[in-house]
Amino acid sequence: MKHYLKDKNFKAGLIITGLMVLVILIGLFWTPYDPNAMSGSEKLQGPSAAHWFGTDNFGRDIFSRVVQGAGATFLIAAATVAIGLVVGLIIGGLTGYYGGLLDEILMRIADSILAFPSILLALVMIAILGKGKYNIILALGLLFIPSFARIVRTEVAKQKNTDYVRNAKLMGAGDMRILFIHIMPNIIPVLLSSVAIGFNNAVLSEASMSYLGMGVQPPDPSLGRMLSEAQGYLFQAPWYAIFTGVAIILLILGFGLLSEGMGGE
Amino acid sequence: MAYVIKKTGVLIISLVLISLLAFLAFQIIPADPTTKILGTDYTPEKAEALREQLGLNDPLPARYLNWLKGLISGDPGISYSYFMPVKEVMQGKIQVTAALSLFSWVLVMLFSIPMGIILARFQGGHLERTGIVLNQVFMAVPPFFLGMLFTYLFGLVLQWFTPGGYVPFSAGFGKAMGYLFFPALAIAIPKAAKTAKLLRSSILNEMNKDYVRTAYSRGNSRWAVLRDHVLRNAMLPVITYLAMSLADTVAGSIIVEQVFALPGLGRLLLSSIGNRDFPVAQCIVVIIAFIVIFMNYLADIVTQYVDPRVRLN
Repeated sequence: MKHYLKDKNFKAGLIITGLMVLVILIGLFWTPYDPNAMSGSEKLQGPSAAHWFGTDNFGRDIFSRVVQGAGATFLIAAATVAIGLVVGLIIGGLTGYYGGLLDEILMRIADSILAFPSILLALVMIAILGKGKYNIILALGLLFIPSFARIVRTEVAKQKNTDYVRNAKLMGAGDMRILFIHIMPNIIPVLLSSVAIGFNNAVLSEASMSYLGMGVQPPDPSLGRMLSEAQGYLFQAPWYAIFTGVAIILLILGFGLLSEGMGGE
Repeated sequence: MAYVIKKTGVLIISLVLISLLAFLAFQIIPADPTTKILGTDYTPEKAEALREQLGLNDPLPARYLNWLKGLISGDPGISYSYFMPVKEVMQGKIQVTAALSLFSWVLVMLFSIPMGIILARFQGGHLERTGIVLNQVFMAVPPFFLGMLFTYLFGLVLQWFTPGGYVPFSAGFGKAMGYLFFPALAIAIPKAAKTAKLLRSSILNEMNKDYVRTAYSRGNSRWAVLRDHVLRNAMLPVITYLAMSLADTVAGSIIVEQVFALPGLGRLLLSSIGNRDFPVAQCIVVIIAFIVIFMNYLADIVTQYVDPRVRLN
């Protein structure tokens, strides 16, 4: 962890992501206004001391809504990455360790899935599953499995023939023990970097799908959904779209920098 | 040549597989189009007759083969929403998406190649540091948000174009492409930033090799070494990446068409998913999937043509 802090990208990413997470955490307990409280007399106001990011077409406080939306987007991204990571770890770990025909077949499938733009696959899955918060988590989570499985597989295959693994085998350790107790801790640095890039992709995918009306549905909050609402008021209230968009950019940028600082792509 | 034949074989198998997968994916969804098409005219007899007419009573393999035959001959079934051939529903939409994604693909190349070279040329300087920070930010901007910013800035404030006022190709090629410029730019910028970054690291990677030191020792300037020796090698991974990124610009246009209200395949795909008009959705998915696979195929062929080392492996 310490040597990462010397990296400028990592530091910048840590600061941006840290601030965003802090605001989101505070937002769980306190926002300046109730994100859903409407006020007929305060419609479409510009940013001011009372409403930092201005108000929307119902007079709702945009800052409070952005905080709530960022929290929702963050949680969806976390759930998505969790599905991809856990399943990817199991599939990638086993195929990387045992190799063989199944490994060959599964990795071919993973490669073909990765060749397609994720937004296209996500749309097909949503067509099958239906729209909604949980379906978008499931759809994106499933789509993230191949990339995690691929990374874990490569790393496990690399570690498989090292001395410490041979040693553990000589000591009589079982396959599962070697794989999950001995090998896994050694691939954590690579995993952390891919988790960060996973968050980066998940935030972008969730925002895109919800913007298109295929993800999170009203009344559930999400940054992508807010952007599509803001588009209708682009002329009267450009700040609505701008602040929401900047929140999305900061989330994506923060995770992108973190991943880069940890030696990711 | 053997390489091309082998790759072409793989290409054909992939295309058949992907058409099968797309077909099966949309069969999972229980959808009986008859109630929708017949509306108030619905009687069980009419529904049965319609099902027979649409071929929905055939066994699954027969339906797949019929659909595939139709797809190849350019007649991929009947739309459930409009009750007219999918071909007619898609009329004119493909051109919009094709023009938009090709346009943004060209923009990606125009921006990323000079940008990558400049970043590598001025390595260590202020220009590079500023460039890298900007590049990183551009990579993080979602295309649809860029599209909204452009709509606000150039559409509403500066009034260079009318937001939502799509100009069809019948109004003249130049005018239509003019309207497509900002959507194409919105798709291209994040993609170009990623490509520039890849090119920069590819160049810097080459710069450490022995042949570069030799070229320097013969009195070449940094520009000359870059231009005459390094670039050719550094471009190899970038060419593959660029060929494959056409698929991403197509995917990007699905989203950006929505921002600029462009009547392309993307909007049709979204509305057909919303209306559960699966013959149309299935057809669009297959078309985009074919483009992806075909571009990967082209990338393989071009790489082996440019870099004979690939052929030997």
